[in-house]
Amino acid sequence: MADLSTTFAGIRSPNPFWLASAPPTDKEYNVNRAFEAGWGGVVWKTLGEAGPPIVNVNGPRYAALYAHDRQLIGFNNIELITDRPLEVNLDEIARVKRNWPDRAMVVSIMVPCEEHAWKAILPRVEDTGCDGIELNFGCPHGMSERGMGSAVGQVPEYIEMVTRWCKQYTRLPVIVKLTPNVADIKPPALAAQRGGADAVSLINTINSVMGVDLDALLIYPNTGGTGSHGGYCGPAVKPIAQNMVAEIARTPEMAWLPISGIGGITNWRDAAEFIALGCGNVQVCTAAMTYGFKIVQDMCSGLAEYMDAKGFHNIDAFRGRAVPSIVNWNQLNLNHIEKARIAQDLCIQCGRCHVVCEDTSHQAISATKDGKRHFEVMDDECVGCNLCVSVCPVPECITMHALQPGQTDPRTGQWVSGEYANWTTHPNNPARLA
Amino acid sequence: MPQPDVKAGRLSACQYLTNFGDAHPPLTNAQALIEAERCYYCFDAPCINACPTGIDIPSFIRRISEDNLRGAAKAILEANIFGGMCARVCPTEVLCEQACVRNTNEDKPVEIGLLQRHATDHLMASNGAPLFTRAAPTGRRIAVVGAGPAGLACAHRCAMLGHEVVVFEAKPKPGGLNEYGLATYKTVDDFAQKEIAWLLSIGGIEIRHGQALGEQVLLADLSRDFDAVFLGLGLGGVNALGLQGEATPGVGNAVEFIAGLRQTRDYAAVPVGRRVVVIGGGMTAVDAAVQSRKLGAQEVTIVYRRDQPRMPASTYEQDWAQRNGVTIREWSVPRALDTDGGQVEGVSFAQVQELNGQLVPTGKHWRIEADTVLKAIGQTLVLADPGLATLALRSGRILVDGEGRSSLAQVWAGGDCTYGGRDLTVEAVEHGKIAAHSIDRAFGIQRGGKPFTRTRTGLGA
Repeated sequence: MADLSTTFAGIRSPNPFWLASAPPTDKEYNVNRAFEAGWGGVVWKTLGEAGPPIVNVNGPRYAALYAHDRQLIGFNNIELITDRPLEVNLDEIARVKRNWPDRAMVVSIMVPCEEHAWKAILPRVEDTGCDGIELNFGCPHGMSERGMGSAVGQVPEYIEMVTRWCKQYTRLPVIVKLTPNVADIKPPALAAQRGGADAVSLINTINSVMGVDLDALLIYPNTGGTGSHGGYCGPAVKPIAQNMVAEIARTPEMAWLPISGIGGITNWRDAAEFIALGCGNVQVCTAAMTYGFKIVQDMCSGLAEYMDAKGFHNIDAFRGRAVPSIVNWNQLNLNHIEKARIAQDLCIQCGRCHVVCEDTSHQAISATKDGKRHFEVMDDECVGCNLCVSVCPVPECITMHALQPGQTDPRTGQWVSGEYANWTTHPNNPARLA
Repeated sequence: MPQPDVKAGRLSACQYLTNFGDAHPPLTNAQALIEAERCYYCFDAPCINACPTGIDIPSFIRRISEDNLRGAAKAILEANIFGGMCARVCPTEVLCEQACVRNTNEDKPVEIGLLQRHATDHLMASNGAPLFTRAAPTGRRIAVVGAGPAGLACAHRCAMLGHEVVVFEAKPKPGGLNEYGLATYKTVDDFAQKEIAWLLSIGGIEIRHGQALGEQVLLADLSRDFDAVFLGLGLGGVNALGLQGEATPGVGNAVEFIAGLRQTRDYAAVPVGRRVVVIGGGMTAVDAAVQSRKLGAQEVTIVYRRDQPRMPASTYEQDWAQRNGVTIREWSVPRALDTDGGQVEGVSFAQVQELNGQLVPTGKHWRIEADTVLKAIGQTLVLADPGLATLALRSGRILVDGEGRSSLAQVWAGGDCTYGGRDLTVEAVEHGKIAAHSIDRAFGIQRGGKPFTRTRTGLGA
């Protein structure tokens, strides 16, 4: 059986599944239940500085985007950091860690961008016996208006500065949680690294407005008639998160920087993908908020079965294996040519491949043959775009096949050389290399 | 000698209520949404082509999934003004749902019929603005004979096109088979009349009852007084067994039995034999047999001359009959009605087999005891009007062209009275619609927009 245990930024965990800093990790009751269910670790919901607790709205904090049958695929929240007194949280963290010594206990922190504020809170957090801290530089709503959360995460200099303070005032591993609400994720990640971060975690949530109530013509959800943007997460953000993770993982200066992958992880496959993109572990929130803590058992089961089937004895055996496959567009092999192929024995004749190819500029799938309904790719028109594969309701019915060296592309009449050639040397590129 | 056992009130009031309630309850909102989301929104969707009225099924289903039930209903009703009734009575398993690509994918089609009912029920229950309006008055007047699905579909489309329509109907209520010819549990709560009231709300359609063609009204007069005539006569006659004793009490025809049940207000007052034999293999046979069971008959047997796969009733209907405790016996033709003391007491059958496409007796006979015998061996066109003497027929039905034109000038026809269909409500609606457009074209009126090009199929050479 595959070994699922991880050591991430020096923090040991029986499996790579941590609950992200969020409502499910706000108190002892929940975290005990999470650990009973089998979660490898938690990042305790973000603590603020001592003093009067944070105030939340007393109306809708959440809203969802649905796919078929109300399957939740996107999720939005406007909840702030913990609204419980700091002392209560610290007591509970200490107690839970004592009771669950084999689980990872990381504490998320967000205090003002002032050295004394960090200096004041860090020893108190360290006293709980927790395993590490995560700096919440990501929260895009509410706290960001007060100069915290993503307001820090959007300024690399602040990230570096605060990270440096934390490394100075605590011996705990420091994980910097990054906001995706930036044009380029690399500068913030590099700043964290310069500040001495032991790891980064990403992504936090994305600025979002979930919808409009079309009867009232008001933002939905709203708090008595007005609403503000929230933070978007859930399955729909996974591709955005994976891009940002990959951007960091494939930057040579950050090759060693541990990444905790976050963003729409709902099942073992999502987790395995993040690991293959270089993540040392993953954090989950929306899936637990949608289905409850028990899902970690299914995630562990799936991941272990996959690893066994692939012969991966531990997480490191496949961590980052997909990273080299991600390159800039200008490195793509323009001599590689694929054509779609429809397996007629699997085709259910819905014709969606045909109509989308018709309406999306290539007109490469015929709809009839000998007067009968029949869908077939015309290789002399197919550019290999994968749209038909994307819309086909039947898995594996339409597949892509590469032309082999020596074959002729019926679309261009040109022979497939088998040699690699990218845009940088392409004759149509005015700035081509010699 | 056992006494014939025919009586009413075999069941408790509660049992009647259950037995004659909606056989296929409507979808809930939640069910409809989940089912609607199963539609793949196919290109040139096979279900559309399988629908005799060409309803844009993927569009109406998508509209259901987008919470646009009125838009969904419009997509249905603009192609089929009886979309509500067809949602209840169409043999979808051999029409749209048979064509659904989900059959290939997972052997379970989208429940198109139930979704169609969901959308149309919503429209009927709402008090929104009218879906359809009338074009500018043309001054043309059209006579429609028969207020069944074909006649009223023609009338409605003619009214939409701006013509004035008078419908001549022999029976006291409109609807034809929708009102008199379907099993009660297929269309509960007086739906047929509600749907027709909604249909007529477009205006420009007058129905005159008690007007049988050849009796109270003559084709010659209609041809003289109207600009066009549409015949939606249905099939008024019932085939006889050709056996002695057909007039004996206890022997009846299934069509009348079904009509009686539809019109009764008290099922407990409808007599039925303890043992019922229904002779025939179509939808009428199934409706009569199942309703006999639902009235409390203990033994109900359908006897068909060929084997089950070739029964005109669909496989689904056959299953429905058998699930309701009806026995189906094959390869038998009636040879004698056994009567005693002026009452039927059984039927004797000759066993047959098929040789070179012909049914020939095997020489074996069998007999079944019966208190009620119902004939359901087909209906016939009745042409009582002298003006129809020269009408071209094929297989006993009116011959029409692709536009529904008969051999008589200015006379169109559609529905079961015409040749080339499967005797389905949905086909009758299509015939009426096509004829209305043909009539409109014959008037030479120029209309903008996309031309109507649908024509009748199945007419043969």
